[in-house]
Amino acid sequence: MAEISIVPIEAPRGTLLSAALRSPSFVTGAIVTAIFVGVALLSFVWTPYDYAALDIPHKLRGLSGEHWFGTDQYGRDVFSQVIVGARTSIAVALIAVGLGVGIGTPLGLWAAAKRDTIFDELIMRANDLVFAFPALLIAILITSVAGPSATNAVIAIGIFNIPVFARLSRAAALSLWARDFILAARVAGKGRARISIEHILPNILNTLVVQITIQFSLGILAEAALAYVGLGAQPPTPSWGKMLADSQTLVGLAPHLAIIPGLCIVFTVLGLNLMGDGLRDIFDPRLQRSRQ
Amino acid sequence: MSSYLAGRVASLILSLLVASIVIFVILEVLPGDPAQFILGMNARPDTLAALRTQLGLDGPAFMRYFGWVLGMLHGDFGLSYTYRVPVSELIVQRIGVSLPLAVYALALTLLIAFPAGLLAAARRNSASDISVMGVTQLGVALPNFWFAIILVWVFAVTLHWFGAGGFPGWDKGFWFGIRALTLPAIALALPQASILARVMRSALLDTLEEDYIRTARAKGLTRAQTLWRHAVRNALIPVLTIIGLQFAFLLAGGIIIENVFTLPGLGRLIFQGITQRDLIVVKSVVMLLVFAVIFVNFLVDLSYLAVDPRLRRR
Repeated sequence: MAEISIVPIEAPRGTLLSAALRSPSFVTGAIVTAIFVGVALLSFVWTPYDYAALDIPHKLRGLSGEHWFGTDQYGRDVFSQVIVGARTSIAVALIAVGLGVGIGTPLGLWAAAKRDTIFDELIMRANDLVFAFPALLIAILITSVAGPSATNAVIAIGIFNIPVFARLSRAAALSLWARDFILAARVAGKGRARISIEHILPNILNTLVVQITIQFSLGILAEAALAYVGLGAQPPTPSWGKMLADSQTLVGLAPHLAIIPGLCIVFTVLGLNLMGDGLRDIFDPRLQRSRQ
Repeated sequence: MSSYLAGRVASLILSLLVASIVIFVILEVLPGDPAQFILGMNARPDTLAALRTQLGLDGPAFMRYFGWVLGMLHGDFGLSYTYRVPVSELIVQRIGVSLPLAVYALALTLLIAFPAGLLAAARRNSASDISVMGVTQLGVALPNFWFAIILVWVFAVTLHWFGAGGFPGWDKGFWFGIRALTLPAIALALPQASILARVMRSALLDTLEEDYIRTARAKGLTRAQTLWRHAVRNALIPVLTIIGLQFAFLLAGGIIIENVFTLPGLGRLIFQGITQRDLIVVKSVVMLLVFAVIFVNFLVDLSYLAVDPRLRRR
């Protein structure tokens, strides 16, 4: 694998917020993401109906003032299920990203600090191996072996986030190690571990934040796929993927059951992607030329 | 060139070795006894023990691992517990659906992504560039299985242009097979084409900033000639990498789409194997797909040699 040179992203602090507000993709993405995170949080304290309450006489109703997103084949309120489902999707994707950052970044920083040693080589080769695996296939294998559950979905998705962050952190850190202020820190007698934490990490945070938004959106998609094949959160916990699986045979009869959870996935992912694009442009104005 | 090649081959073999160990270990810890599953809950202990011996389940783990790997090297994948036929036979049947589906989807992906990416890069900031970027932004966010359900709703349930699922078999005629694979291939291709078009555009835009492009323009080539003769070829390396990953994804990722359309491919074979505790089927099919993915990536690495002459001198 060719060495990818990643120049760490730096931005003048004071102008960050105003630059962010001037980026249309960031603003749109942030608003959409905030709405979904907002309703997910809201579902902890309020849902219009109990998401699991059956009401067979009112099954398969369309959109109405009473049931905003209609009802499913058991008469359960779709809006309530969707907002509780948002909670599942966001939680699974977020923790999976956390796993990737939590393990991958220290590994990458360590590899960069020990550049060209056996540690560096081992960590990077292990990363290449994980990259070579078809992620979804192995995630399916892991969840079916360990038993389908939200926790196992988190682990199965999280494992594939580790090499992403390890590789990114290493590449970003390597270019920093050549800089004068790091040399100054070394001359001042700081160890490699301390330099990594005190000087390298703060300077690669922007790069990490951009990647976190991207992996977050991929996590939402992966969680939905696993839940769709029945390997995510188990009923009665609603999840968007599971709702889609249930809607499939009813699509001729009640298309809203398929359309609504699908649109939720699309908008959440779109929001996160736009936010990521916007953040990248804000942090790294050099890229703007080729992106616009 | 030879050191590049040797490095790639070594990493190919190492990847396959590690992959086989990982798959074997994951399935070793899978709860549930295949013998129990075949004979049912009321089976007598001595019958169970006999079947376990017959299935080769009671040897030490590393012996079974070597037996499995050596068998595969000879094309012998073992006997399916539930179907009672050689796994290789099942694979041959099922690959006749999965492989054409992946190839079909890849062809659609390239057919959509290349013109879109070229157009967007050639007319940067124009209305066509903006619409390509907008549509692909949406395409990237699209879960393919949801898109598949929507396609079924529109084109199968409502318009009756295609069947909602199932596969008639190639012996019914080539066009019947193609027709059954069309909706699944579109569902797989559109999100992938969105990714590829964006990669294509940004790779082209990067090369268009290079000095040799300015030279080409200065010596009198038109924009279109420069783009075609100088930029496209140099932009191919990142594009090829992504195409390789995408083909691998289409092969392995087709398994979910196969479930949406109840296509009798490798994906359904895996899911059936998992529910029936038919470990030998799961193990072998997953290994085969992982092999395909790793091998495609290897071929991509080799194709760099064709695109980038600098690598040939190493």
